[in-house]
Amino acid sequence: MFLEIDQLSKSFGGLQALDRVSFEVQMGAIQALIGPNGAGKTTCFNLISGVLPPSAGSIRLMGQEISGLPPHQIARLGLARTFQNIQLFGGMTVLENVLVGQHIHLHGGLVATLCNLPDIRRQEQRAKTFVRELLDFVGLADKETWSADSLAYGEQRRLEIARALALQPRLLLLDEPAAGMNPRETEDLMALIAAIQERDITVLLIEHDMNLVMNISKRIVVFDQGRVIAQGPPRAIRQNPQVIEAYLGKEEDEDDV
Amino acid sequence: MLLQQILNGLTAGSVYALIALGYTMIYGILGLINFAQGELYMAGAFATVLLLTAYKVNFFVAFFFGMGVAAVLGVILERIAFRPLRGGHPLVPLISAIGASIFLQSLALLLFGPADRSFPIQFEFAALEIAGVSVSTLQLAIFGAALFFMALLVAFVKYTKFGKAIMATALDQDTARLMGINVDRMIAITFFIGSALSGAAGIMMAIYYNTTYPRMGLLPGLKAFSAAVLGGVGNIPGAIVGGLLLGVAENLGAGYLSSGYKDAVAFAILIIVLLVRPKGLLGGRSH
Repeated sequence: MFLEIDQLSKSFGGLQALDRVSFEVQMGAIQALIGPNGAGKTTCFNLISGVLPPSAGSIRLMGQEISGLPPHQIARLGLARTFQNIQLFGGMTVLENVLVGQHIHLHGGLVATLCNLPDIRRQEQRAKTFVRELLDFVGLADKETWSADSLAYGEQRRLEIARALALQPRLLLLDEPAAGMNPRETEDLMALIAAIQERDITVLLIEHDMNLVMNISKRIVVFDQGRVIAQGPPRAIRQNPQVIEAYLGKEEDEDDV
Repeated sequence: MLLQQILNGLTAGSVYALIALGYTMIYGILGLINFAQGELYMAGAFATVLLLTAYKVNFFVAFFFGMGVAAVLGVILERIAFRPLRGGHPLVPLISAIGASIFLQSLALLLFGPADRSFPIQFEFAALEIAGVSVSTLQLAIFGAALFFMALLVAFVKYTKFGKAIMATALDQDTARLMGINVDRMIAITFFIGSALSGAAGIMMAIYYNTTYPRMGLLPGLKAFSAAVLGGVGNIPGAIVGGLLLGVAENLGAGYLSSGYKDAVAFAILIIVLLVRPKGLLGGRSH
Protein backbone atom coordinates (compact mmCIF):
# COMPACT_ATOMS: atom_id res chain seq x y z
CA MET A 1 0.00 0.00 0.00
CA PHE A 2 1.23 3.50 -0.88
CA LEU A 3 0.28 5.25 2.36
CA GLU A 4 -0.81 3.33 5.46
CA ILE A 5 -2.07 5.10 8.55
CA ASP A 6 -2.41 2.65 11.40
CA GLN A 7 -3.94 3.35 14.83
CA LEU A 8 -2.70 6.93 14.69
CA SER A 9 -3.38 8.97 17.84
CA LYS A 10 -2.55 12.48 18.96
CA SER A 11 -3.49 14.18 22.18
CA PHE A 12 -2.83 17.77 23.24
CA GLY A 13 -2.83 17.65 27.01
CA GLY A 14 -6.25 16.25 27.86
CA LEU A 15 -7.68 16.78 24.38
CA GLN A 16 -7.72 13.69 22.19
CA ALA A 17 -7.37 15.27 18.74
CA LEU A 18 -6.94 11.95 16.94
CA ASP A 19 -8.05 8.64 18.37
CA ARG A 20 -6.70 5.45 16.76
CA VAL A 21 -7.22 6.57 13.18
CA SER A 22 -6.53 4.02 10.45
CA PHE A 23 -6.89 4.37 6.70
CA GLU A 24 -4.95 3.69 3.52
CA VAL A 25 -4.32 5.54 0.31
CA GLN A 26 -3.73 3.74 -2.99
CA MET A 27 -0.92 4.78 -5.27
CA GLY A 28 -2.12 7.21 -7.92
CA ALA A 29 -5.49 7.84 -6.29
CA ILE A 30 -7.22 11.06 -5.33
CA GLN A 31 -8.58 10.59 -1.83
CA ALA A 32 -10.42 13.04 0.41
CA LEU A 33 -10.62 13.53 4.16
CA ILE A 34 -13.89 15.16 5.17
CA GLY A 35 -15.62 15.91 8.44
CA PRO A 36 -16.81 18.82 10.57
CA ASN A 37 -14.38 21.49 11.73
CA GLY A 38 -12.27 20.26 14.62
CA ALA A 39 -12.67 16.62 13.58
CA GLY A 40 -8.88 16.16 13.41
CA LYS A 41 -8.25 16.34 9.66
CA THR A 42 -5.56 19.02 9.75
CA THR A 43 -3.97 17.36 12.80
CA CYS A 44 -3.78 14.22 10.70
CA PHE A 45 -1.98 16.19 7.93
CA ASN A 46 0.38 17.67 10.50
CA LEU A 47 1.31 14.20 11.73
CA ILE A 48 1.81 12.81 8.22
CA SER A 49 4.02 15.74 7.17
CA GLY A 50 6.00 15.61 10.41
CA VAL A 51 5.00 19.03 11.76
CA LEU A 52 3.83 17.28 14.93
CA PRO A 53 4.99 13.95 16.36
CA PRO A 54 2.22 11.39 16.87
CA SER A 55 1.35 10.22 20.39
CA ALA A 56 0.92 6.67 19.11
CA GLY A 57 0.45 4.70 15.92
CA SER A 58 2.33 4.43 12.67
CA ILE A 59 2.49 6.12 9.28
CA ARG A 60 4.09 4.22 6.41
CA LEU A 61 4.85 5.91 3.12
CA MET A 62 5.73 3.42 0.37
CA GLY A 63 6.52 0.85 3.04
CA GLN A 64 8.77 3.11 5.09
CA GLU A 65 7.87 4.20 8.60
CA ILE A 66 7.86 8.02 8.65
CA SER A 67 6.14 8.84 11.94
CA GLY A 68 8.45 10.85 14.16
CA LEU A 69 10.81 11.87 11.34
CA PRO A 70 11.49 15.62 11.04
CA PRO A 71 9.52 17.37 8.27
CA HIS A 72 12.52 18.05 6.04
CA GLN A 73 13.33 14.34 5.88
CA ILE A 74 9.74 13.38 5.13
CA ALA A 75 9.74 15.98 2.35
CA ARG A 76 12.82 14.31 0.89
CA LEU A 77 10.99 10.97 0.89
CA GLY A 78 8.44 12.40 -1.52
CA LEU A 79 5.81 14.28 0.44
CA ALA A 80 4.66 17.85 -0.16
CA ARG A 81 1.75 19.84 1.20
CA THR A 82 -0.19 23.08 1.08
CA PHE A 83 -1.85 24.88 3.97
CA GLN A 84 -5.33 25.80 5.07
CA ASN A 85 -4.05 29.32 5.78
CA ILE A 86 -1.80 30.13 2.85
CA GLN A 87 1.84 30.12 3.92
CA LEU A 88 3.86 31.56 1.06
CA PHE A 89 7.22 33.25 1.55
CA GLY A 90 5.86 36.78 1.52
CA GLY A 91 9.00 38.76 0.76
CA MET A 92 9.91 36.62 -2.25
CA THR A 93 8.77 36.68 -5.84
CA VAL A 94 6.50 34.06 -7.36
CA LEU A 95 9.46 32.44 -9.13
CA GLU A 96 11.60 32.39 -5.97
CA ASN A 97 8.82 30.79 -3.94
CA VAL A 98 8.63 27.87 -6.34
CA LEU A 99 12.43 27.66 -6.59
CA VAL A 100 12.54 27.11 -2.82
CA GLY A 101 10.46 24.00 -3.51
CA GLN A 102 13.27 22.73 -5.77
CA HIS A 103 15.77 22.93 -2.89
CA ILE A 104 16.02 19.16 -2.31
CA HIS A 105 16.68 18.50 -5.99
CA LEU A 106 19.66 20.85 -6.21
CA HIS A 107 22.80 18.97 -5.29
CA GLY A 108 26.20 20.28 -4.34
CA GLY A 109 27.66 21.47 -1.09
CA LEU A 110 28.38 24.92 0.20
CA VAL A 111 31.93 25.02 -1.14
CA ALA A 112 30.92 23.95 -4.64
CA THR A 113 28.17 26.56 -4.57
CA LEU A 114 30.49 29.31 -3.35
CA CYS A 115 32.90 28.42 -6.16
CA ASN A 116 29.96 28.64 -8.57
CA LEU A 117 31.05 25.49 -10.40
CA PRO A 118 29.56 24.94 -13.87
CA ASP A 119 27.58 21.94 -12.64
CA ILE A 120 25.91 24.09 -9.95
CA ARG A 121 25.02 26.71 -12.56
CA ARG A 122 23.58 24.03 -14.83
CA GLN A 123 21.44 22.66 -12.01
CA GLU A 124 20.15 26.13 -11.11
CA GLN A 125 19.30 26.69 -14.76
CA ARG A 126 17.50 23.36 -15.01
CA ALA A 127 15.56 24.14 -11.83
CA LYS A 128 14.48 27.48 -13.26
CA THR A 129 13.26 25.85 -16.45
CA PHE A 130 11.30 23.26 -14.48
CA VAL A 131 9.83 25.91 -12.18
CA ARG A 132 8.69 28.00 -15.15
CA GLU A 133 6.97 24.92 -16.56
CA LEU A 134 5.19 24.47 -13.21
CA LEU A 135 4.09 28.12 -13.16
CA ASP A 136 2.71 27.60 -16.63
CA PHE A 137 0.98 24.41 -15.40
CA VAL A 138 -0.88 26.31 -12.65
CA GLY A 139 -1.49 29.34 -14.87
CA LEU A 140 0.88 31.83 -13.27
CA ALA A 141 3.56 31.96 -15.99
CA ASP A 142 3.04 35.67 -16.64
CA LYS A 143 3.46 36.61 -12.98
CA GLU A 144 6.82 35.10 -12.08
CA THR A 145 8.37 38.44 -11.13
CA TRP A 146 5.44 39.49 -8.93
CA SER A 147 5.83 39.52 -5.20
CA ALA A 148 3.99 36.48 -3.80
CA ASP A 149 1.87 38.54 -1.43
CA SER A 150 0.64 40.82 -4.21
CA LEU A 151 -1.21 37.94 -5.91
CA ALA A 152 -4.96 37.53 -5.71
CA TYR A 153 -6.22 34.96 -3.22
CA GLY A 154 -6.99 32.21 -5.73
CA GLU A 155 -3.62 32.78 -7.38
CA GLN A 156 -1.86 32.42 -4.03
CA ARG A 157 -3.52 29.04 -3.59
CA ARG A 158 -2.30 27.95 -7.02
CA LEU A 159 1.19 29.26 -6.24
CA GLU A 160 1.25 27.13 -3.10
CA ILE A 161 0.37 24.12 -5.22
CA ALA A 162 3.14 24.96 -7.72
CA ARG A 163 5.63 25.31 -4.86
CA ALA A 164 4.59 21.92 -3.48
CA LEU A 165 4.87 20.34 -6.94
CA ALA A 166 8.41 21.72 -7.21
CA LEU A 167 9.41 19.15 -4.59
CA GLN A 168 8.48 16.55 -7.24
CA PRO A 169 6.51 14.68 -4.59
CA ARG A 170 4.97 11.23 -4.83
CA LEU A 171 2.26 12.24 -2.37
CA LEU A 172 0.65 15.68 -2.28
CA LEU A 173 -1.44 16.82 0.70
CA LEU A 174 -3.85 19.65 -0.07
CA ASP A 175 -5.45 21.29 2.97
CA GLU A 176 -8.74 22.90 1.88
CA PRO A 177 -7.52 23.94 -1.57
CA ALA A 178 -10.92 25.35 -2.57
CA ALA A 179 -11.41 27.45 0.58
CA GLY A 180 -12.42 30.98 -0.36
CA MET A 181 -12.69 30.19 -4.07
CA ASN A 182 -15.67 31.10 -6.22
CA PRO A 183 -17.41 28.32 -8.25
CA ARG A 184 -15.47 29.23 -11.37
CA GLU A 185 -12.12 29.01 -9.56
CA THR A 186 -13.21 25.73 -7.96
CA GLU A 187 -13.90 24.29 -11.42
CA ASP A 188 -10.39 25.25 -12.50
CA LEU A 189 -8.99 23.73 -9.32
CA MET A 190 -10.71 20.43 -10.01
CA ALA A 191 -9.15 20.34 -13.47
CA LEU A 192 -5.78 21.17 -11.91
CA ILE A 193 -6.03 18.36 -9.35
CA ALA A 194 -6.96 15.90 -12.11
CA ALA A 195 -3.92 17.08 -14.10
CA ILE A 196 -1.72 16.60 -11.02
CA GLN A 197 -2.94 13.01 -10.77
CA GLU A 198 -1.91 12.51 -14.39
CA ARG A 199 1.64 13.44 -13.37
CA ASP A 200 1.66 10.22 -11.27
CA ILE A 201 1.23 12.08 -8.01
CA THR A 202 -1.08 10.65 -5.38
CA VAL A 203 -3.34 13.33 -3.90
CA LEU A 204 -4.80 13.36 -0.40
CA LEU A 205 -6.98 16.37 0.28
CA ILE A 206 -9.06 17.94 3.01
CA GLU A 207 -12.06 19.77 1.61
CA HIS A 208 -15.45 21.08 2.62
CA ASP A 209 -16.71 21.66 -0.92
CA MET A 210 -18.82 18.51 -1.36
CA ASN A 211 -19.22 19.04 -5.09
CA LEU A 212 -15.45 18.92 -5.50
CA VAL A 213 -14.98 16.02 -3.11
CA MET A 214 -17.68 13.82 -4.63
CA ASN A 215 -16.57 14.53 -8.18
CA ILE A 216 -12.86 13.87 -8.03
CA SER A 217 -12.21 11.49 -5.13
CA LYS A 218 -11.85 7.79 -5.62
CA ARG A 219 -12.30 7.20 -1.90
CA ILE A 220 -13.42 9.35 1.01
CA VAL A 221 -12.47 9.05 4.68
CA VAL A 222 -14.89 10.68 7.11
CA PHE A 223 -13.61 12.12 10.40
CA ASP A 224 -15.69 13.05 13.41
CA GLN A 225 -14.35 14.01 16.83
CA GLY A 226 -10.92 12.56 16.16
CA ARG A 227 -12.18 9.24 14.86
CA VAL A 228 -12.74 7.76 11.42
CA ILE A 229 -16.45 7.04 11.25
CA ALA A 230 -16.66 5.85 7.65
CA GLN A 231 -14.62 5.29 4.54
CA GLY A 232 -15.39 4.19 1.03
CA PRO A 233 -16.22 5.42 -2.47
CA PRO A 234 -18.24 8.67 -2.78
CA ARG A 235 -21.53 6.88 -3.55
CA ALA A 236 -21.39 4.80 -0.36
CA ILE A 237 -20.35 7.78 1.75
CA ARG A 238 -23.22 9.90 0.48
CA GLN A 239 -25.69 7.28 1.67
CA ASN A 240 -24.02 6.37 4.95
CA PRO A 241 -26.47 7.32 7.76
CA GLN A 242 -23.69 7.95 10.29
CA VAL A 243 -22.02 10.38 7.92
CA ILE A 244 -25.27 12.16 7.20
CA GLU A 245 -25.87 12.56 10.92
CA ALA A 246 -22.35 13.63 11.87
CA TYR A 247 -21.46 15.76 8.93
CA LEU A 248 -24.20 16.64 6.51
CA GLY A 249 -26.71 16.82 9.34
CA LYS A 250 -24.62 19.39 11.11
CA GLU A 251 -24.49 21.53 8.01
CA GLU A 252 -28.27 21.61 7.90
CA ASP A 253 -28.25 22.81 11.51
CA GLU A 254 -25.94 25.59 10.49
CA ASP A 255 -28.24 26.53 7.65
CA ASP A 256 -31.13 26.80 10.11
CA VAL A 257 -29.16 29.32 12.17
CA MET B 1 38.75 68.31 3.43
CA LEU B 2 35.18 67.22 2.92
CA LEU B 3 36.13 64.70 0.25
CA GLN B 4 39.00 63.51 2.40
CA GLN B 5 36.71 62.81 5.34
CA ILE B 6 34.16 61.09 3.16
CA LEU B 7 36.84 58.86 1.73
CA ASN B 8 38.19 57.95 5.17
CA GLY B 9 34.63 57.34 6.25
CA LEU B 10 33.90 55.00 3.36
CA THR B 11 36.95 52.92 4.23
CA ALA B 12 35.95 52.51 7.86
CA GLY B 13 32.29 52.22 6.87
CA SER B 14 32.90 49.37 4.45
CA VAL B 15 34.44 47.44 7.33
CA TYR B 16 31.49 48.24 9.62
CA ALA B 17 29.23 47.07 6.82
CA LEU B 18 30.96 43.68 6.70
CA ILE B 19 30.42 43.15 10.43
CA ALA B 20 26.90 44.57 10.21
CA LEU B 21 26.09 41.94 7.57
CA GLY B 22 26.87 39.27 10.16
CA TYR B 23 24.56 40.92 12.68
CA THR B 24 21.79 41.36 10.18
CA MET B 25 21.93 37.86 8.66
CA ILE B 26 21.91 36.20 12.05
CA TYR B 27 19.14 38.47 13.26
CA GLY B 28 17.20 37.75 10.08
CA ILE B 29 17.27 34.01 10.57
CA LEU B 30 17.14 33.69 14.38
CA GLY B 31 15.87 37.03 15.69
CA LEU B 32 19.05 37.16 17.74
CA ILE B 33 21.57 40.01 18.08
CA ASN B 34 24.87 38.19 18.26
CA PHE B 35 26.91 40.51 20.44
CA ALA B 36 29.92 38.22 20.02
CA GLN B 37 30.27 39.43 16.41
CA GLY B 38 33.12 41.76 17.41
CA GLU B 39 35.01 38.83 18.93
CA LEU B 40 34.76 36.92 15.66
CA TYR B 41 36.33 40.00 14.07
CA MET B 42 39.12 39.79 16.65
CA ALA B 43 39.50 36.02 16.12
CA GLY B 44 39.96 36.46 12.38
CA ALA B 45 42.67 39.07 12.94
CA PHE B 46 44.48 36.97 15.53
CA ALA B 47 44.40 33.81 13.42
CA THR B 48 45.94 35.62 10.47
CA VAL B 49 48.56 37.47 12.54
CA LEU B 50 49.59 34.34 14.43
CA LEU B 51 49.83 32.25 11.27
CA LEU B 52 51.94 34.89 9.52
CA THR B 53 54.17 35.22 12.60
CA ALA B 54 54.76 31.49 12.89
CA TYR B 55 55.01 30.46 9.24
CA LYS B 56 56.07 32.09 6.03
CA VAL B 57 52.83 31.61 4.19
CA ASN B 58 51.37 33.66 1.39
CA PHE B 59 49.34 36.65 2.60
CA PHE B 60 46.16 35.48 0.86
CA VAL B 61 46.48 32.02 2.41
CA ALA B 62 46.69 33.68 5.82
CA PHE B 63 43.75 35.93 4.99
CA PHE B 64 41.48 33.02 4.10
CA PHE B 65 42.77 31.08 7.08
CA GLY B 66 41.69 33.96 9.34
CA MET B 67 38.27 34.07 7.71
CA GLY B 68 37.99 30.30 8.09
CA VAL B 69 38.87 30.38 11.80
CA ALA B 70 36.29 33.10 12.43
CA ALA B 71 33.70 31.14 10.43
CA VAL B 72 34.29 27.88 12.29
CA LEU B 73 34.29 29.70 15.62
CA GLY B 74 30.94 31.25 14.67
CA VAL B 75 29.49 27.82 13.89
CA ILE B 76 30.78 26.41 17.20
CA LEU B 77 29.31 29.42 19.00
CA GLU B 78 25.91 28.78 17.46
CA ARG B 79 26.09 25.11 18.35
CA ILE B 80 26.95 25.54 22.03
CA ALA B 81 25.79 29.03 23.00
CA PHE B 82 22.58 29.49 20.99
CA ARG B 83 21.10 26.25 19.68
CA PRO B 84 20.44 24.71 23.12
CA LEU B 85 18.57 27.90 24.09
CA ARG B 86 16.36 28.08 21.03
CA GLY B 87 12.64 28.30 21.72
CA GLY B 88 13.08 30.03 25.06
CA HIS B 89 12.56 33.67 25.98
CA PRO B 90 14.28 35.94 23.40
CA LEU B 91 16.38 37.60 26.13
CA VAL B 92 18.06 34.31 27.01
CA PRO B 93 20.18 33.92 23.84
CA LEU B 94 20.93 37.65 23.99
CA ILE B 95 22.47 37.20 27.42
CA SER B 96 24.26 34.11 26.14
CA ALA B 97 25.70 36.24 23.29
CA ILE B 98 27.02 38.83 25.73
CA GLY B 99 28.49 36.02 27.81
CA ALA B 100 30.14 34.50 24.75
CA SER B 101 31.59 37.90 23.90
CA ILE B 102 33.14 38.32 27.35
CA PHE B 103 34.35 34.73 27.33
CA LEU B 104 36.10 35.03 23.98
CA GLN B 105 37.71 38.34 24.95
CA SER B 106 39.01 36.84 28.19
CA LEU B 107 40.19 33.72 26.42
CA ALA B 108 42.15 35.80 23.91
CA LEU B 109 43.63 37.79 26.78
CA LEU B 110 44.66 34.58 28.51
CA LEU B 111 46.10 32.91 25.42
CA PHE B 112 47.70 35.86 23.65
CA GLY B 113 48.26 38.44 26.39
CA PRO B 114 47.14 42.07 26.45
CA ALA B 115 49.94 43.45 24.28
CA ASP B 116 49.31 44.96 20.87
CA ARG B 117 50.72 42.98 18.00
CA SER B 118 51.71 44.70 14.82
CA PHE B 119 50.87 43.11 11.52
CA PRO B 120 53.70 40.74 10.53
CA ILE B 121 53.85 41.84 6.91
CA GLN B 122 54.78 45.42 6.11
CA PHE B 123 53.10 46.43 2.90
CA GLU B 124 54.37 49.26 0.78
CA PHE B 125 51.41 51.45 0.11
CA ALA B 126 51.59 54.46 -2.14
CA ALA B 127 49.75 57.66 -1.45
CA LEU B 128 47.92 58.89 -4.50
CA GLU B 129 46.64 62.39 -5.08
CA ILE B 130 43.23 62.36 -6.74
CA ALA B 131 41.43 65.67 -7.21
CA GLY B 132 43.26 67.20 -4.27
CA VAL B 133 42.46 64.27 -1.99
CA SER B 134 45.22 62.07 -0.76
CA VAL B 135 44.28 58.43 -1.04
CA SER B 136 46.39 55.56 0.13
CA THR B 137 46.26 52.43 -1.96
CA LEU B 138 45.65 50.59 1.33
CA GLN B 139 42.35 52.42 1.74
CA LEU B 140 41.41 51.58 -1.82
CA ALA B 141 42.35 47.94 -1.29
CA ILE B 142 40.24 47.70 1.88
CA PHE B 143 37.29 49.43 0.30
CA GLY B 144 37.59 47.27 -2.83
CA ALA B 145 37.91 44.02 -0.88
CA ALA B 146 34.93 44.91 1.32
CA LEU B 147 32.80 45.71 -1.73
CA PHE B 148 33.91 42.43 -3.30
CA PHE B 149 32.79 40.42 -0.25
CA MET B 150 29.50 42.30 -0.09
CA ALA B 151 28.81 41.64 -3.78
CA LEU B 152 29.67 37.98 -3.24
CA LEU B 153 27.23 37.75 -0.34
CA VAL B 154 24.41 39.48 -2.21
CA ALA B 155 24.93 37.14 -5.19
CA PHE B 156 25.03 34.13 -2.87
CA VAL B 157 21.75 35.07 -1.21
CA LYS B 158 20.06 36.00 -4.47
CA TYR B 159 21.18 33.28 -6.81
CA THR B 160 22.03 30.08 -4.96
CA LYS B 161 19.85 27.39 -3.44
CA PHE B 162 21.43 28.04 -0.04
CA GLY B 163 20.62 31.74 -0.28
CA LYS B 164 17.00 31.02 -1.09
CA ALA B 165 16.79 28.39 1.62
CA ILE B 166 18.25 30.83 4.16
CA MET B 167 15.74 33.48 3.07
CA ALA B 168 12.91 30.97 3.31
CA THR B 169 14.08 29.92 6.78
CA ALA B 170 14.25 33.56 7.89
CA LEU B 171 10.72 34.19 6.60
CA ASP B 172 9.01 31.06 7.93
CA GLN B 173 10.94 28.24 9.58
CA ASP B 174 8.07 25.79 9.75
CA THR B 175 7.15 26.11 6.09
CA ALA B 176 10.83 25.98 5.12
CA ARG B 177 11.11 22.60 6.89
CA LEU B 178 8.20 21.27 4.86
CA MET B 179 10.05 22.29 1.69
CA GLY B 180 12.75 19.80 2.68
CA ILE B 181 15.07 22.47 4.03
CA ASN B 182 17.28 21.43 6.93
CA VAL B 183 16.72 24.51 9.07
CA ASP B 184 19.54 23.76 11.54
CA ARG B 185 21.96 23.50 8.67
CA MET B 186 20.82 26.82 7.19
CA ILE B 187 21.31 28.52 10.56
CA ALA B 188 24.81 27.03 10.78
CA ILE B 189 25.62 28.25 7.26
CA THR B 190 24.39 31.71 8.17
CA PHE B 191 26.73 31.80 11.16
CA PHE B 192 29.55 30.45 8.99
CA ILE B 193 29.19 33.18 6.38
CA GLY B 194 28.39 36.03 8.76
CA SER B 195 31.40 35.12 10.91
CA ALA B 196 33.72 34.79 7.91
CA LEU B 197 32.79 38.33 6.86
CA SER B 198 33.47 39.65 10.37
CA GLY B 199 36.79 37.81 10.33
CA ALA B 200 37.71 39.45 7.03
CA ALA B 201 36.81 42.84 8.50
CA GLY B 202 39.06 42.17 11.49
CA ILE B 203 42.03 41.22 9.33
CA MET B 204 41.66 44.35 7.20
CA MET B 205 41.54 46.59 10.25
CA ALA B 206 44.51 44.78 11.77
CA ILE B 207 46.43 45.83 8.67
CA TYR B 208 44.96 49.35 8.56
CA TYR B 209 45.73 50.26 12.18
CA ASN B 210 48.69 47.84 12.33
CA THR B 211 47.55 46.48 15.67
CA THR B 212 45.86 43.34 16.96
CA TYR B 213 44.73 42.92 20.59
CA PRO B 214 42.03 41.01 22.51
CA ARG B 215 39.60 43.90 22.91
CA MET B 216 39.94 45.18 19.35
CA GLY B 217 36.49 43.87 18.42
CA LEU B 218 34.55 45.70 21.08
CA LEU B 219 34.16 49.12 19.50
CA PRO B 220 33.85 48.03 15.84
CA GLY B 221 31.32 45.42 16.98
CA LEU B 222 29.15 48.01 18.70
CA LYS B 223 29.48 50.43 15.81
CA ALA B 224 28.54 47.76 13.32
CA PHE B 225 25.52 46.99 15.48
CA SER B 226 24.58 50.68 15.23
CA ALA B 227 25.11 50.44 11.47
CA ALA B 228 22.82 47.43 11.23
CA VAL B 229 20.14 49.27 13.22
CA LEU B 230 20.61 52.36 11.06
CA GLY B 231 20.00 50.38 7.88
CA GLY B 232 17.27 48.18 9.40
CA VAL B 233 18.23 44.98 11.22
CA GLY B 234 17.56 41.90 9.13
CA ASN B 235 17.92 43.83 5.89
CA ILE B 236 21.06 42.98 3.88
CA PRO B 237 21.26 46.11 1.68
CA GLY B 238 20.39 48.03 4.86
CA ALA B 239 23.51 46.74 6.61
CA ILE B 240 25.68 47.86 3.71
CA VAL B 241 24.11 51.32 3.46
CA GLY B 242 24.07 51.67 7.25
CA GLY B 243 27.75 50.73 7.55
CA LEU B 244 28.90 53.15 4.87
CA LEU B 245 26.74 56.01 6.22
CA LEU B 246 27.92 55.45 9.76
CA GLY B 247 31.56 55.44 8.71
CA VAL B 248 31.13 58.69 6.77
CA ALA B 249 29.13 60.32 9.56
CA GLU B 250 31.65 59.58 12.27
CA ASN B 251 34.54 60.80 10.14
CA LEU B 252 32.69 64.01 9.31
CA GLY B 253 31.99 64.40 13.02
CA ALA B 254 35.65 63.86 13.78
CA GLY B 255 36.71 66.30 11.10
CA TYR B 256 34.28 69.15 11.73
CA LEU B 257 33.59 68.88 15.46
CA SER B 258 36.51 67.27 17.17
CA SER B 259 38.20 63.95 16.71
CA GLY B 260 37.20 63.15 20.30
CA TYR B 261 33.56 63.02 19.19
CA LYS B 262 34.17 60.31 16.61
CA ASP B 263 32.73 57.45 18.64
CA ALA B 264 30.02 59.64 20.13
CA VAL B 265 28.66 60.33 16.65
CA ALA B 266 28.22 56.63 15.96
CA PHE B 267 26.24 56.01 19.12
CA ALA B 268 24.28 59.26 18.83
CA ILE B 269 23.11 57.94 15.46
CA LEU B 270 22.07 54.68 17.12
CA ILE B 271 19.99 56.53 19.71
CA ILE B 272 18.42 58.88 17.16
CA VAL B 273 17.47 55.99 14.85
CA LEU B 274 15.95 54.04 17.71
CA LEU B 275 13.91 57.09 18.70
CA VAL B 276 12.88 58.38 15.29
CA ARG B 277 12.86 55.41 12.97
CA PRO B 278 13.31 52.14 14.85
CA LYS B 279 12.78 50.11 11.68
CA GLY B 280 15.91 51.68 10.17
CA LEU B 281 16.38 53.48 6.87
CA LEU B 282 15.50 50.58 4.59
CA GLY B 283 13.12 48.84 6.98
CA GLY B 284 14.12 45.86 9.04
CA ARG B 285 12.29 42.65 9.80
CA SER B 286 10.37 42.07 12.96
CA HIS B 287 10.60 38.82 14.85
